[in-house]
Amino acid sequence: MPEPVEVWITGVGLASSLGEGLDANWDALQAGRINADEKTFAPYVVHPLAQINFDAQIPKKGDQRQMEAWQRIGTYAAGLALESAGVKGDKDILGRMDMVISAGGGERDIRVDTTILNAKAKGNAPPGFLNERLMSDLRPTLFLAQLSNLLAGNIAIVHGVCGTSRTFMGEEAAGFDAARIALARIAAGQSDIALIGGAHNGERKDLLLLYEFGDYCLRDKFVPVWEREGRKGFAIGSTGAFLVIESKAHATARGVKPFARLSRVVSDRSHRREPGEITASLRKLWSGLGEIKDGGAILTGATGTEPVTSEERTFLGEHPDLPVRATGTRFGHNMDTQFTLGLGLAALSISRGALFPPGDSSGVEIEMKGPPTQIVVVGTGHWRGEGMALVEAAG
Amino acid sequence: MRAPRDKFGRPVVVVTGMGMVTSLGAGKTDNWAKLTAGESGIRTLTRFPIEGLKTTMAGTIDFIPVEPFTSVGLSERLAELAIEEAIAQAGIGRKGDFPGPLFLAVPPVEIEWPQREELGRAVGITDFSYDDLVSAAGGGKFVGYHHRFVMGSVADYISATFGTKGSPISLSTACASGATAIQLGVEAIRRGETDVALCAGTEASVNQEGLVRFSLLSALSTQNDPPQAASKPFSKNRDGFVMAEGAGALVLESYEAAVARGAPILGIVAGCGELTDSFHRTRSSPDGKPIIGCMLKTLVDAGMTPEQIDHINAHGTATPENDKMEYQTTSTVFGERAKQIPVTSNKSMVGHTISAAGAVEAVISLLTLEHQRIPPTINYEIPDPTIQFDVVGNKARDAKVTAVMSNSFGFGGQNASLILTREPA
Repeated sequence: MPEPVEVWITGVGLASSLGEGLDANWDALQAGRINADEKTFAPYVVHPLAQINFDAQIPKKGDQRQMEAWQRIGTYAAGLALESAGVKGDKDILGRMDMVISAGGGERDIRVDTTILNAKAKGNAPPGFLNERLMSDLRPTLFLAQLSNLLAGNIAIVHGVCGTSRTFMGEEAAGFDAARIALARIAAGQSDIALIGGAHNGERKDLLLLYEFGDYCLRDKFVPVWEREGRKGFAIGSTGAFLVIESKAHATARGVKPFARLSRVVSDRSHRREPGEITASLRKLWSGLGEIKDGGAILTGATGTEPVTSEERTFLGEHPDLPVRATGTRFGHNMDTQFTLGLGLAALSISRGALFPPGDSSGVEIEMKGPPTQIVVVGTGHWRGEGMALVEAAG
Repeated sequence: MRAPRDKFGRPVVVVTGMGMVTSLGAGKTDNWAKLTAGESGIRTLTRFPIEGLKTTMAGTIDFIPVEPFTSVGLSERLAELAIEEAIAQAGIGRKGDFPGPLFLAVPPVEIEWPQREELGRAVGITDFSYDDLVSAAGGGKFVGYHHRFVMGSVADYISATFGTKGSPISLSTACASGATAIQLGVEAIRRGETDVALCAGTEASVNQEGLVRFSLLSALSTQNDPPQAASKPFSKNRDGFVMAEGAGALVLESYEAAVARGAPILGIVAGCGELTDSFHRTRSSPDGKPIIGCMLKTLVDAGMTPEQIDHINAHGTATPENDKMEYQTTSTVFGERAKQIPVTSNKSMVGHTISAAGAVEAVISLLTLEHQRIPPTINYEIPDPTIQFDVVGNKARDAKVTAVMSNSFGFGGQNASLILTREPA
């Protein structure tokens, strides 16, 4: 087999509860600012989207109207990433750029659902009631705003990204595997340049409903991820995170410098039948990353749910010299977007020569004195899936 | 013994096992008998009330029991059946130990109406708000609904049941999903990451909201009576697609590994291609360039010329627009031969199996190569004079077939094509 191609992160696009764009998010992280809302969705804590002017990346109102918030956030962040990489508007490159999106589904019409359920619960709805209500009350294009693969579709339409297009679903694991597959394709010469990423809208009662089935939602009060022993759960967040990754040769030929190198992405699905399996899985993934030297750090999407978070803490405790940061504390839990968020922050930190300060007093997050040269991004799914990536300073 | 690498130096990817379930039946044997007999699996809906619906028929799979019934549960069971059949044929691995990754095309998963209604009753009061529903969801009574209704639930069950390796991938590219699952498997084998991959697509979304969603987009046929005649690809009086359920599965292997273990070689995945359309969320670009580009890319990937394709398994949904676009683009790629190459639509018989279609139709294409017999495009009574395909109307035909192009063109502009052959190109 020929030498694997070196792959660079050349564009990062980020829109979140902390702000729009790299500088706003970086500044918020440096200042330790967190945007958690305990009231609007009480008793659940969510991280709402910061004020975003969608016109800036989705200029046609008609396009914006075809989407709900999830797809708007994603299409917006995708635009930021393309700008960041210097490919926005470059029809030649965009026409052959590959996409791997990690996605869930789009927003339900809560009012329609509630009306139907109330009528049904009263017990006097005729047989065709559901059909008639859905046929007359659903906006016909809402389905397109809900379809998992239509985030990719909207990115193609709005930004002209037209190479291959794949959408992965599967909660947190969709994020690990989108990065893994996109990287593998470029490393093997099956692709030159790819857009990877996703979006999450945390201001959604239909998502709170799904996660409440499993009692996964953080209630009442925001606390950092590492301080949730007495109060387990995640606070869903609103984030759009996208990266442009490309082969070193492709980037060099068009004269761009990288944020960082995406060296390795590994993932697995442990059975989680016995205690300790998650820790074992994380150890196994770690051993597949290659050597981690001084100047290393860990960015984890740890959720604050159990037993996952405790098992991850056991694993992290085996690397006590490495500074750790929980992205879930700062951004909330963004499910299929969390891993890409971590990759973007890792690339940003390496390129700016600093890791943002610790986020709580639990002691899990220690100070980092010098610039990070290697950052391991960790993802442990609240229900299934483990993933890791190694992001390094490009030589 | 053929060369294990293709003309580009990549491992040749072969198919060593296949499985399928459609509204015609479970398994390749039953399906093939009915497909070649020109039978339709489309029926008037009995699964739920049809009052108030404009489309009252579909290709539902009602002979596979799932208790308690959910659409996602049925899609899981269909995937399981198709995969069982494929793995049994391939004779690979051991029970619960498949030596490769899983690429599974699934429909998007969400809570379904029966469970939503159950939750509504659990609120315990009348005139409740959505907040009351969310409240009622917690406390542990409905833990199973989290696991059932997360996106990754089907792949989780399949990977646990069959013991596939690594993180299972659930994917969607709308109507191209099944083809994309196969393409991901081909790419992984070509990269040398694995010798074998399990690629499948499944679909079981014929529920009330699923039907209404497509109906509101005016995508579905409303020629409800007789239901078997509703799906009319390439006909002048076609009026939309018929939703259907189904699953298709392939075991893909490198040729070298297949030969080394004496596995049956059912066919070659000679080429895959994919190209995105940026024109519109549901319609193709009028100039057809993305679809043309997709087909050309696939030919290049296979190292083949259009002249070498002797059968096309079309996307053929029977929407007024798709079929017209399909003729226009196929003519551009194949020239005058577009009028002579048999171009058929399996969807005339099994309906549109959406997330499964690319995989189901790949299996049918491989069966066509195996039996040297082309299943017909049925309901072809009034041909569209502007679509001059030889659709193999109504009756199956024995023919020499060496290379099949199977096309899938999806909502959201995602186009994918496969080229399947009996012998390496």
